[in-house]
Amino acid sequence: MRYAMAIDTRKCVGCADCVVACQTENNVPIGYCRDWIVENTTGTYPQLQLEIRSERCNHCANSPCVRCCPTGASHYEDGGIVLVEAGDCIGCGACIASCPYDARYPHPDGYVDKCTFCIHRVRDGQKPACVAVCPTHCLYFGDLDDPESEVSVILKKRKYKTLIPEAGTDPQLYFLT
Amino acid sequence: MKTNRRDFIKISSMGVSSTALIAPMFNWKSGSIETAENPGGSYSRTPTYCEICFWKCAGWAYTNEKGEIWKLEGNQDDPHCKGRLCPRGTGGVGMYYDSDRLKTPLIRKTIAGKQTYVEATWEEALDTVAENLQKVKEKHGAECTALFTHGSGGKFFGDLLNAFGSSNITAPSFAQCRGPRETAFLATFGEIIASPERTDIRDTRCLVLIGSHLGENMHNGQVQEMSEAIDKGATIITVDPRFSTAASKSKYWLPIKPATDLALLLAWAHVIINESWFDREYVERYTYGFEQLKDHVQQYSPEWAYGITTIKPDIIRETAREMAKASPAVIIHPGRHVTWYGDDTQRLRAVAILNALLGSWGRRGGFYYPDRVNLPSYPHPEFPEPKRTWRDAHPGKYNLALEVVSNDICDSTIPAPDRACNFKAWIVNGTNLIYTLPDKKKTLEAIQNLEFMVVIDTMPMEITGYADVVLPECTYLERYDSCRTDQHREASVALRMPAAEPKYNSKPAWWMVKQLAAKMGLEEYFKWNDIEELLSWQLQQAGTSLEEMKRIGVKKFPRAFDDMYFRQGEDVPFNTNTGKIELYSTELAAEGFDPMPVYTAHEEPAPGFYRLNYGRSPAHTFSRTANNPNLTDLMDENVLWVNPKVAREWQLKNGQPVWLENQDGVISEFPIKVRITERIRWDSVYMVHGFGHASKQLSRAYGKGTSDSDLITRVHVDPVMGGTGMRGNFVTFRIEEPEGKEVVA
Amino acid sequence: MNEEIITSGRMNYKIDPQLHIWGWEIPLYLFLGGLAAGILFFAAFYYLKNRDQEMPSAIKTAPLITPLLLIIGLLALFIDLNHKLYFWRLYTTIKLESPMSWGAWTLMVITPVSIIWSATYVRELYPSWDWKFKWLYDLEGFFIKNRKVLAWIMIFFSVILGIYTGILLSAFNARPLWNTSILGPLFLASGLSAGAAYIMMTSVNQLERKLFSQIDLVLIGIELFLIIHMFMGFLASTEVQIEAARLFLGGPYTLPFWTIAVFTGMIVPGILEFLEIRGRRIPAYIPGLLIIIGNISLRFIIVYAGQASRYLY
Ligand SMILES: Nc1nc2c(c(=O)[nH]1)N[C@H]1C(S)=C(S)[C@@H](COP(=O)(O)OP(=O)(O)OC[C@H]3O[C@@H](n4cnc5c(=O)[nH]c(N)nc54)[C@H](O)[C@@H]3O)O[C@H]1N2
Ligand SMILES: Nc1nc2c(c(=O)[nH]1)N[C@H]1C(S)=C(S)[C@@H](COP(=O)(O)OP(=O)(O)OC[C@H]3O[C@@H](n4cnc5c(=O)[nH]c(N)nc54)[C@H](O)[C@@H]3O)O[C@H]1N2
Ligand code: SF4
Ligand code: SF4
Ligand code: SF4
Ligand code: SF4
Ligand code: SF4
Ligand SMILES: [Mo]
Repeated sequence: MRYAMAIDTRKCVGCADCVVACQTENNVPIGYCRDWIVENTTGTYPQLQLEIRSERCNHCANSPCVRCCPTGASHYEDGGIVLVEAGDCIGCGACIASCPYDARYPHPDGYVDKCTFCIHRVRDGQKPACVAVCPTHCLYFGDLDDPESEVSVILKKRKYKTLIPEAGTDPQLYFLT
Repeated sequence: MKTNRRDFIKISSMGVSSTALIAPMFNWKSGSIETAENPGGSYSRTPTYCEICFWKCAGWAYTNEKGEIWKLEGNQDDPHCKGRLCPRGTGGVGMYYDSDRLKTPLIRKTIAGKQTYVEATWEEALDTVAENLQKVKEKHGAECTALFTHGSGGKFFGDLLNAFGSSNITAPSFAQCRGPRETAFLATFGEIIASPERTDIRDTRCLVLIGSHLGENMHNGQVQEMSEAIDKGATIITVDPRFSTAASKSKYWLPIKPATDLALLLAWAHVIINESWFDREYVERYTYGFEQLKDHVQQYSPEWAYGITTIKPDIIRETAREMAKASPAVIIHPGRHVTWYGDDTQRLRAVAILNALLGSWGRRGGFYYPDRVNLPSYPHPEFPEPKRTWRDAHPGKYNLALEVVSNDICDSTIPAPDRACNFKAWIVNGTNLIYTLPDKKKTLEAIQNLEFMVVIDTMPMEITGYADVVLPECTYLERYDSCRTDQHREASVALRMPAAEPKYNSKPAWWMVKQLAAKMGLEEYFKWNDIEELLSWQLQQAGTSLEEMKRIGVKKFPRAFDDMYFRQGEDVPFNTNTGKIELYSTELAAEGFDPMPVYTAHEEPAPGFYRLNYGRSPAHTFSRTANNPNLTDLMDENVLWVNPKVAREWQLKNGQPVWLENQDGVISEFPIKVRITERIRWDSVYMVHGFGHASKQLSRAYGKGTSDSDLITRVHVDPVMGGTGMRGNFVTFRIEEPEGKEVVA
Repeated sequence: MNEEIITSGRMNYKIDPQLHIWGWEIPLYLFLGGLAAGILFFAAFYYLKNRDQEMPSAIKTAPLITPLLLIIGLLALFIDLNHKLYFWRLYTTIKLESPMSWGAWTLMVITPVSIIWSATYVRELYPSWDWKFKWLYDLEGFFIKNRKVLAWIMIFFSVILGIYTGILLSAFNARPLWNTSILGPLFLASGLSAGAAYIMMTSVNQLERKLFSQIDLVLIGIELFLIIHMFMGFLASTEVQIEAARLFLGGPYTLPFWTIAVFTGMIVPGILEFLEIRGRRIPAYIPGLLIIIGNISLRFIIVYAGQASRYLY
């Protein structure tokens, strides 16, 4: 099993619904977030391009955050989901410094928090909250080892890129271009 | 200077005890693995529909064991949202948790020469309202009262006003919003577009957006369907002077010079007719006035339009070709907020005409015929016939307005010798008129001339500060309302019921109206005891029940006939004078307006000035969300989009605060931060509407960003239907904080 | 024009121009660790070379401060933790891939060793000292007998500690400025140099002072060489690292880095020591203090600047 997410930058409108849905679903305190939107505009009026990406933890297959965690609080779950076990976390911040995507934040309760791929929903047979809410249906989630899953299907059909592949983290978020 | 009869009062200035602070906004559980495993704990859900905009998506409010609202999700069965709320809807919980909410009824009193609000019981507050309305009725007649409303509770207040003897019920959604489009489409097709728009975007092959910035305008169903259309490979053509999100998704982005759209539309008609790209059979069968139109558009060649719009003739031809190729599955989108330049009905007529030429009205992928449920009114005696209506204030004006023109009520509130009666009392429910109507000065002048104003709101918005009585409504998550029965491909009913007890001392509109009716001797019009009884009865009539609706939230009613689109060769009677689709409008002609749209030029900015453009941000709805903690977390102020060339000229830096001064010397109350971006033209600046709040009680919104409304002092009124054209205002920068500025408030 | 706009709850570090994960605590911890490592290294080194007569300060006096340095360092680390009650979790696993983990373990070993080492010299330095209990005297006897073993442990762990202070940062691939293998040797060299400076300042022995002055001069030379090497490496690398190097080459950290850390903290004391070796009389505390100031600022600047450097995408 290898969970992954695909984000269709051609459809994403940058509305940040995924951010709000994640905050409410996962009780992410106001002022923090597990996912965020990047809008990149290039060119000169009127020759312009805009790329919009909904970003979150890449659930890297080779993740520096798991490696550098001194207590093992950051770890891999089944399906490659990278999780933080709050009760093991000392809040040293090493994982935050190690993540090239800045996907983690210090939770006001002291531990470090980040996207869980909504593991509680996924185990329950639901889609992650951000995927389920997205009004443009531009987020796809599923198991890469299952050729029928919606991510597998879309990744076969479309061109994609990952972010900072040169960091060698083997990210599992695929941005359809 | 004479002191105002109605000073702006900061809601909590006097007599209002500081109600216990609702300390932590949410009770987040602290760190343990349960956070990841089951953030919600055990929960239950209740049906609701969203009140954050007028798409009214149906959804579920999830509450935890303690009865606190956890999250909101869309209802899978709802045709409006298909299980997905937009960011504002998802963030609706913030409305409920906002500790700045209005908490208790307030009555304006003068204490030691100073006007202030005093906390009141509901009994006192409603007595005051009833007494004052009766007084106005006795002195001036019931017709001198008006209701401004935008939102669900309006149904109940509307019934109250009707029972009272006045039919002056108005919403900003007409004359500040979609009015021109409805008048134009009614004149052309004999039907209006209404809400949710009957655009068949799902199945379209070509979508033309003219200033409709879907994606920033988050009207849910349309955004979802646009995305579906992108997946299906539809061509999108966006006409917008600004590089909108929609423009970035489009095959063609036409960066038009602002205020010149009518030239482009007419040139498209010219090409489509002259190249015979129109749907000949459709035009022959259904339309009236084709020959006149053909003659009329000869003057509007693409070459002519190029000089006006800056869109190249070959692009005009190419895009016309794209539309024709897709015909009839093409939508020249009518837009929604279309009160731009004062000739809006005519511009929307051109849109309607293009759709008619391409045969998209009544066709799959064009405009469908919607269906809806009619819930009967609870039996009540006939409402009294009002002696006068708003139209009598200036006879002959705006005959083609389909609804009451809000700004006209405002005008007629300011005394004039030639008017029989001025408005003397306003009921304002769920509309922040101070920022909703353009020309704030006039709005305030009107308010000063009132004898009584009651405001029903959930938040201490600016309008509440001018009221004589403020009634705090509970949020939509804490109340029942009338059921939603809006149109769609399939008729449906959606229920809203309380997910939590009303916080503080707030009450639902239906309850206030029921109490007021009793106090005003109008109880015979409201024979139900409480809203559950009313809804039960109504739902029974529609073939369902309150019990069932509580369980399912949304009930769909399959269409009785397969009549969403015209059938091949079907004869269709249209509700126009000629029974045809009127390319040439006999109705406009009869009223003395151009029967076919004629291009007229609009004013351009003077040197050093820039056109003030405004629009929506996906995370906010006007001012109603400006203080919502969840949504301010995404965006807590608006910024001013400035083209890099302009920024260089003015030596502006990214993030630098500037004040704006408009053509009439009005200066923005608050500074706004500059965002230097290529996405805006060099002749305009852009900001999101709904910010720059002056009410200090809005702890998150106060002074954040700038209000476009303050700078919209020049209004181009549409002579056809009274709409307020708001895009003809120009601003320049003030780098230093202005001293002794003109403050309109 | 390339415009990047980020929408989110505001506490995502991507929306801040720089990461604010580590404040003063970590650079202080790194400085104290490095300084202690330096002192303990020289103590053990010269002890093993049987120089305890010529090097009283290096072997006996200077190490007395190291338990204090290490404990303050650990305290700083503790203060930095956000989830303090779970501190003990550090010592329930050994994670070799995590520098933070083996740093914590190294301190766990070297702190008691430094205490023991100092304790074995206390009575020599302060003859009136009384251990009060017999078993303490027994223990002292035991350790004095086994000083050699202690010295070996110390030399081993002080090198690890010294390198660790640099590796902790350079393990973070994500921060281009830290992501260089030179940071380990650089911090080791600078730790040793601080240690040497401290010994030099506290020494009352002319010869010993002179020796450590020379050692310092060499170490400063190595540091300068490593710094030049580091920048050459950055500039020959990817855009990301060139961008990181720019923080010091015209960027916001240029002034503090070159004037305080390099000029005041390395070049000036280097010259002073050179003069001293050539026979000028210069009070030892002047170059010593400068070196220590340079050392502290180097760690602060590298920790802060590293958090301002990021991948561009
Ligand atoms: N300058 C400028 N003016 C505009 C526009 C623009 O873009 N720029 N847009 C125009 C358009 S398209 C429209 S539709 C109108 C919209 O105009 P409005 O609907 O007036 O807009 P809002 O500012 O959202 O004001 C809504 C008010 O309702 C209150 N409210 C929210 N929920 C409830 C509730 O449940 N009960 C009650 N009683 N009150 C509630 C809010 O607190 C707020 O005071 O504005 C128009 N005016
Ligand atoms: N998120 C969110 N969504 C909303 C709302 C909200 O408050 N928030 N409000 C809802 C309501 S009530 C309405 S009425 C709609 C309004 O939404 P729409 O009808 O889609 O948009 P407008 O406000 O008319 O237009 C804004 C766009 O018009 C462009 N524009 C400005 N001047 C010109 C011009 O001269 N020509 C052309 N072609 N384009 C021009 C602007 O650059 C901007 O992109 O949005 C609805 N959806
Ligand atoms: S909800 Fe969907 S469309 Fe909106 S920003 Fe997130 S991914 Fe993009
Ligand atoms: S994105 Fe960052 S937090 Fe997520 S797995 Fe990769 S390195 Fe770890
Ligand atoms: S902050 Fe927590 S999860 Fe991150 S590295 Fe430290 S212990 Fe591990
Ligand atoms: S998968 Fe879940 S936790 Fe991750 S960003 Fe989406 S909603 Fe948040
Ligand atoms: S579109 Fe969004 S704000 Fe409007 S009703 Fe639907 S969910 Fe609510
Ligand atoms: Mo509107």
